[in-house]
Amino acid sequence: MSWITARRRHPAAGYAVVAFVLVLIGVGYAVVTSSGNASASSPAPANAAQIAFGRRVFVEDCATCHGLFAEGQAGQAPSLIGVGAAAVDFQVSTGRMPAAVLGAEQDRKPPHLNPAQTHAVAAYIQSLGGGPPIPSAAQVSTAGANIGLGQRLFVANCAACHNFVGAGGALTYGKYAPPLTASTPTQIYEAMLTGPEAMPAFNDLTITPQDKRDVIAYVTQVRSQSNPGGFSLGRIGPVTEGLVAFLGLLLFMVLAALWITAKHRKAHE
Amino acid sequence: MSDTNSPGMPGAGDSGEDSWPEYLTSGEAHGATPSGGDPEGRRPRHRVIGTPPPAAARTLLSEEEAEGPPAARELPAEPSDPASAKRAERIVAACFLLAMVAGFGFLVAYAIVGVGTISGALHSNLWLGGCLGVMLLLLASGATIWVRRLMPEVELTEQRHLMRSDDKDREAFKETFEEGADASQFVKRPLVRRTLLAATVPLAVAPLFLLRDLGPLPGTSLDHTAWRKGLRLLVYGTGRPITAAEFNSPGSIISVGPEGYLDNDDEMAKAAVTLIKFRPGQLQFTTANHAVPNKVVQNWTVNDIVAYSKICTHVGCPAALYEQTTHHILCPCHQSTFDATQGARVIFGPATRPLPQLPIGVDSQGYLIALGDFQEPVGPSFWERS
Amino acid sequence: MSVERALEGVGGWLDDRFHGARGARVLLRKVFPDHWTFLLGEIILYSFVILLLTGTFLTLWFQPSMTQVVYHGAYVPLRGVHMSEAYASTLNISFDVRGGLLMRQIHHWAADLFMAGIFAHMIRIFFTGAYRKPREINYLIGITLLTLGLVEGLFGYSLPDDLLSGAGLRILQGVMQSIPLVGTYLAFFLFGGQFPGHLIVPRLYILHVLLIPGLILALVTAHLFIMFLQKHTQMPGKGRTNENVVGAPMYPYFMAKTGAFFFFTFAVLALAGTFAQINPIWLYGPFNPVAMSAGSQPDFYMGALEGALRVMPAWQWVVFGHTFAFNVFIPALLPLGIVFGGAAFWPFIEQWITGDRREHHVNDRPRNAPARTALGIAVITFYGILWAEGANDLIAVHLDVPLYWTTWVARIAIFVGPVLAYFITKRVCLALQRKDAHLLAHGMETGIIRQLPVGEFIEETRPVDEEAMAVLVARSEPPPLRALEAGEGEVPPPGMRGGALGKMRERLYTAVTESIPVPEPHLDGPYGHAIETNGHNGHGQESLPAGSAGTEPGGSEGQH
Repeated sequence: MSWITARRRHPAAGYAVVAFVLVLIGVGYAVVTSSGNASASSPAPANAAQIAFGRRVFVEDCATCHGLFAEGQAGQAPSLIGVGAAAVDFQVSTGRMPAAVLGAEQDRKPPHLNPAQTHAVAAYIQSLGGGPPIPSAAQVSTAGANIGLGQRLFVANCAACHNFVGAGGALTYGKYAPPLTASTPTQIYEAMLTGPEAMPAFNDLTITPQDKRDVIAYVTQVRSQSNPGGFSLGRIGPVTEGLVAFLGLLLFMVLAALWITAKHRKAHE
Repeated sequence: MSDTNSPGMPGAGDSGEDSWPEYLTSGEAHGATPSGGDPEGRRPRHRVIGTPPPAAARTLLSEEEAEGPPAARELPAEPSDPASAKRAERIVAACFLLAMVAGFGFLVAYAIVGVGTISGALHSNLWLGGCLGVMLLLLASGATIWVRRLMPEVELTEQRHLMRSDDKDREAFKETFEEGADASQFVKRPLVRRTLLAATVPLAVAPLFLLRDLGPLPGTSLDHTAWRKGLRLLVYGTGRPITAAEFNSPGSIISVGPEGYLDNDDEMAKAAVTLIKFRPGQLQFTTANHAVPNKVVQNWTVNDIVAYSKICTHVGCPAALYEQTTHHILCPCHQSTFDATQGARVIFGPATRPLPQLPIGVDSQGYLIALGDFQEPVGPSFWERS
Repeated sequence: MSVERALEGVGGWLDDRFHGARGARVLLRKVFPDHWTFLLGEIILYSFVILLLTGTFLTLWFQPSMTQVVYHGAYVPLRGVHMSEAYASTLNISFDVRGGLLMRQIHHWAADLFMAGIFAHMIRIFFTGAYRKPREINYLIGITLLTLGLVEGLFGYSLPDDLLSGAGLRILQGVMQSIPLVGTYLAFFLFGGQFPGHLIVPRLYILHVLLIPGLILALVTAHLFIMFLQKHTQMPGKGRTNENVVGAPMYPYFMAKTGAFFFFTFAVLALAGTFAQINPIWLYGPFNPVAMSAGSQPDFYMGALEGALRVMPAWQWVVFGHTFAFNVFIPALLPLGIVFGGAAFWPFIEQWITGDRREHHVNDRPRNAPARTALGIAVITFYGILWAEGANDLIAVHLDVPLYWTTWVARIAIFVGPVLAYFITKRVCLALQRKDAHLLAHGMETGIIRQLPVGEFIEETRPVDEEAMAVLVARSEPPPLRALEAGEGEVPPPGMRGGALGKMRERLYTAVTESIPVPEPHLDGPYGHAIETNGHNGHGQESLPAGSAGTEPGGSEGQH
């Protein structure tokens, strides 16, 4: 009899099988799905071929709402003339565009277009009316950035919507400022630059590229930072702490009190 | 034992007691009868102790005992189930031993796990706290099992006595007090009594006077900020001045402060300003040179750039949240919402006043400057604000 | 050394000097009743002890100063940043002192548990009527401790001068400023000038480490002393009367149990301080008056105040050049003023309504005081709605509710909710009383079905056992309304006369004392209970003829 067969009736056999299958599923899923975000590499300089490719992608995936020449349709989608490649790259690489439902606020979701297609559409829109370009790799690099200044800029201009570490926050009428946990440095730069959806814009003359790098450095550093105090409880402040105090600590003390004062059951004697 | 009475309607021909203890409305001390020791030791033994003699003097921590030492032992010496107790003893000892190990773990962890970095703090916290927590939990569990399984069960009864002192004692107190009052002459001589009270009045008020220098009087300090004509608007954090030409993307905002005051928290708490850029036609203008409800003063704007005080008029949080699509300024503290195209008028929430608008213009080099201070006090309302 | 030798040695030495033998023996024998809810107060006491211990540790490193410094410590992201010394020293404790982060976290969790315990304990006291004579003063001391704890916690978490607590101080300042006549003066005196100034942290520090803990310590001592003197209340049960205390003696039982509970409290706080991050001030960043974060809330015990500020509509008067900022000082003062003030006055109001001036040492079961329980639940509902509104932006973003809806729902719910809660709770209590009355009058169902000679089926019942019976009949009946009128020739007090006050008192009396009366308990042996419900009028049961055949159901002792 093989080793496994001999142990098929072991008390832990069932648990072992379940654990094994779970691990298998988890690893398989991780392998099969991709991370799905646009790369941080700089796009190749636009050329006519890329713009033509972008035009084709645009007509297939975007023109139904944005119009055949990106002129926009009232009540449906805004004009894209002049929004620039950065805006397009942001919206498409975060999966917000193509939009699943009409509306001013779109949720991040797995992107529909791959990086090559994204850059092509961005180049096409850029060719239509100009606008802020996709930032270069050097522009979003956080090497040598001043995280302290980034923190100061972030809490003064961003934290009111996105929360002090970028965990997200509420806006009016059902809108919300999303958490920044999944944003790439390029996407953060582009969002600041173009002001997508309800977010205001911070152009490069107001918050300079150096300032933007500092902000990106703060956001990326703090979100990857470990929590020395234990589980973070969401990093949204005292509300979760209060819930833990009542539903965790106080409940535990009540259980301890019940144990200490419990009457002896007859069976125990 | 069969009851000779018919098991009829409730209350008829009862067996044992006359009535259930009338324990709440009268002063009868109707203590429960001891149920006696159950031979198998299953029920806790029940003893009534210390019925107080009727008029005994009461000590502060009361409870008089019967004269002489109590004859019978009141607490059993051994638990009722020795076998279970033996097992429990081993469990308790194991708890305490493991607690000791955890305690030593704490000491060792303190010695060898260093701090000085984020990850160092994490590991130190984990080891120190983990060992401490485990040690305390084991101590607690061991002590609980000790009480529950090693100590014999017992139930004692102690008599209360009425909180109210009996009348004799009250009389005696009254007499003593009145005698003393008479002897002190306090009641009989109103002149000294009243002059004493008069003398203590300034003494009682003196501490309040001593607190006067806690702070300056508000004066007019709440009515003004640091903004003056000609002061440049600097970006908060970087300290850069901005030109109207640079701040030209519609839907932009930025937090700014007056030149020279960015590092002064006291002034920035009043002078912080939000600068917003709009598209032409979005702002609802008035041509007046003073604030008009629901309107933006056009002479105080530059190229559809408008400046509002950042300090919320509710209780003073920086109202830093701006929605480009609805042009609402939302204060995240209590959700006061202001419409930036209509003079920052309040459209929801507890704030009652719009955010004051700062008059801005440009200097000779194109940098945005203030044209003067706010024309009304910024921030939360106060009594003296008209 | 044997116990006897130790007693003769040390014990004798002490007794020679302090005359302690008799008093100490009374203390050793003191009986403590045993119910798990009686340990809720100990949660608070032991959390306070841990607060003192960990707090002392923290004072060895904390710098209560708002002087600006440039940080160069272990937390890299904030290096080179300007911050107050208070904030920098807190970073130092967290990252450069071994055990510092642990002590900080245990301290903050202990403060949360202290306040949570106070709420739980106060609720227990209220719902069991343990505030009644002779314990009114102790109850008022408790409410004072609640208020002191609230303020102590607020000042404590404001000491590190971080962004979140600094925003809280700004709100405090704005609220103070709004008070008519004296608001600006109060605010300027507390802060030593304009906000933020440089004096608020050192002032809060001395309040937080010396003055308020001293007050709390003194009041807690008084609280325990009074409890010792008056002896603890007890839950109704067999052998427990208003004139005795039944339980286990202090030595060794209660000492051991309370010691174990102390270790449990300390353990849960130590584990929380290890595994649950609290108040991560390095993430909030140092305070600056231009910055604000979404989802800014105070610690939970201030939550109701925060909610009140959010729920209030924009309402102010400007008359004769002065502003009444109702939108600020009403939510700051009124809701909690009603709740805490009402709680403080309640024992005396209840005494006035019911005319009950007897001593009470046996607790009520909440169902046996339906109006009181309903009122308590209504107040908890009111408080709870304000509390939830304090977190409304987090509710909006995490539970996907539009932001303004949360406020509108809360504005309506704070009026409708308590009324509904009162009504529903009172009905529930009365229904539970009916259930108890049924059990008492009819006994417990045994599941044994018997057929009578006439053909009818009945289910046998038996009386509940002694322990349960004692609990079921336990009731403190209020004195009848007319019984306390003055004798002949005397003028009755206003509450007893016929006028408006007297009539109101009568109506309140009826409402407050509404209860299902305790029936005569069924004491005898089993009798039948018709299965077909021929009206549950309570006394139309068949009884078994004497000596009818068959086995006896499991008997209660000595009854049959």
